[in-house]
Amino acid sequence: MADEIAASAAPENGAGPRQGRSAFQRLLTVTIGPIVGAFLLSAVILLLVGVNPLTYYGYILERGLLSGLGLEQTATRMAPLLFLVASLIIAFRSGIWNLGTDGQFLLGAVAAAASAPLLVGVLPGWLVLVVGFVLAAIAGAIWSVLPAILRAYQGVNEIITTLMMSFLGVLMASTLVKLVLLDPGTTVPQTRTLPVADRLPRLFDTSISSGLIWGLVAVVAVHLMMTRTSFGMRLRVVGANPAAATHAGLSVPLLTVAVFGLSAGFAGLAGAADILGVQGNVRADWNPAYGLMVIPLVFLARFNGYASIVLVFFYSALLIGSESAARRLGVPQDFTLVLVASLLICLGLGEYIDHKKSRKER
Amino acid sequence: MDALLTDAFLSSLLTGAIVAAIPILLAGLGEQMSEKAGVLNIGIEGMMLMGAYIGFLVAFETHSIWLGFLGGILGGMMVSAIMAFLCVRLGLNQIVIGIGLTIGAEGLTALLHHFQFSRTYPRLPAPVRVDVPGLTDLPVIGSSLFGRHPIVYLALLGMIVLALLYRRTNLGMTLRAAGEKPSALDVAGGSVGRLRVAAVMFTGAMAGLGGAYLANIGAGLFLPFMTGGAGFIGIVLAMLARGRPLWVLIGALIFGAALSLTTALQVAGSNIPTDVIQMLPFAAVMLVLVLFGRRAKLPAALGIAYERGAR
Repeated sequence: MADEIAASAAPENGAGPRQGRSAFQRLLTVTIGPIVGAFLLSAVILLLVGVNPLTYYGYILERGLLSGLGLEQTATRMAPLLFLVASLIIAFRSGIWNLGTDGQFLLGAVAAAASAPLLVGVLPGWLVLVVGFVLAAIAGAIWSVLPAILRAYQGVNEIITTLMMSFLGVLMASTLVKLVLLDPGTTVPQTRTLPVADRLPRLFDTSISSGLIWGLVAVVAVHLMMTRTSFGMRLRVVGANPAAATHAGLSVPLLTVAVFGLSAGFAGLAGAADILGVQGNVRADWNPAYGLMVIPLVFLARFNGYASIVLVFFYSALLIGSESAARRLGVPQDFTLVLVASLLICLGLGEYIDHKKSRKER
Repeated sequence: MDALLTDAFLSSLLTGAIVAAIPILLAGLGEQMSEKAGVLNIGIEGMMLMGAYIGFLVAFETHSIWLGFLGGILGGMMVSAIMAFLCVRLGLNQIVIGIGLTIGAEGLTALLHHFQFSRTYPRLPAPVRVDVPGLTDLPVIGSSLFGRHPIVYLALLGMIVLALLYRRTNLGMTLRAAGEKPSALDVAGGSVGRLRVAAVMFTGAMAGLGGAYLANIGAGLFLPFMTGGAGFIGIVLAMLARGRPLWVLIGALIFGAALSLTTALQVAGSNIPTDVIQMLPFAAVMLVLVLFGRRAKLPAALGIAYERGAR
């Protein structure tokens, strides 16, 4: 199975036999086609429940992309999503299915929310944020230790273990908030709140959180690490062909554990970015469940960091728009799940058509 | 802890264990069939959820729990038909499509439920139980073991039939070939594609039935996202059972007990937060994987689409 992810992880390798077709045609079948297909498929479902898809999509476009405030919210929402993209790029390019980012994200969020408010006044402002981020990364990484060891040394399939740890992590986060980290100052079950003044600074005169910048840095850094450094090269070899990696003298188990740690660490950072930049605290039972939703974007981008950034921007606008549409048009936000699922399926179909066409030319 | 070990507590624990075990037993048995044939069916969570929604809807509209089960089976099969087409016929990545189907079913059922019932959650009337004469009156185990809905006994019968199918019939052997060495089956004149499609459809039917049980008997109502990982637990059961249906049952009962501790402890008036108790089944899965994960045996060609003549 690892070979399969790796096969799609190496977009450059496929260039050879496809010379007969223009890059534009490829873009059409594997990127634009699936996106259009997903919106059409979802439109059918909107029609089925009696909502005019044009009204709905138009509203989302207007709210998430075309209004000033909406655009600022969209940019702010990108921060946690970008860290998650970084997390998934590391894992998928190394042939590891980390499906546990939701749990890692929430525990990172809880770690940041537990530490930062207590450190305000004790440490300088910037150090409070740094400590919050570092602790979040550690919390996320710890949650991947068990799946990492099971995969690296016992060969247990990480799809199941990371999913199970994710369920556990979500419940653990909520338990910690309710039992250990309760803010004594309020009756609502939530952690202490980081004052707005101590959160990540905002960009210029806008309401955009500077978490966006750090998220962009994270994705670019991860992209360069995976494509340009020898460490990234090693990870990709392990993902593409573990047997060959062993023959080449690489320590596959150690590198596997490293992949899990890095990937889960970035998922933890995503949680911190949301808490230290926007939320300020963690409420009990809060779970935005971004993790699985980001997967299609990363696949659509062919694990390319730069392409992922563009897609995250549009996905973020979709989230902001649909949250507002839930209130205004009465279409529950769950509709974004349908849209994301349609995207995954259309993506697979596009890939299939592309594969068939490139075969014919050979 | 003595106060916990009353008859009422044990009886509700046992009842809960069985009620919670049946959906994951059905899901696990279904998943086992797919895995044997070489398809890793991650979409099973979505199939359960769709089965739960359609099953509930049909039972609610027709006032017949049996038609509800039938609806659940069809609901699960609708999702698995997409999986069969995309992953077996077209050979797309089983994990990506599986995640897609799960996410899609989550969104679609929540959406449909919203437009159907808005924010109300209507209940079904309490299900009929079939009492086994004489045995139902036994203390503690009586009503919990022998006073269940007939579908429970059918599920157990199904498990036995599957065990015989895998061990004693040609079909069982052929299925195994499709999962272990599809090229050999192809050469021998069998159709890998057709077998795998049938296996995936069977998985959908079983998962859908499990979902319908969860909604119609377990809860008596439909809630969005109500499966809460039961399908994934079914996958673990199938992975650890090494191809034997009996082990799926044993696993399902253990996880069912862990799941039902939530309600049983609440009945007993324990003040442990529900979040902690809800961790039990997932913690149990991890514990089992730590202890026995190395021994999980999966078919050699699992997760790999079969393409004739490919290397």
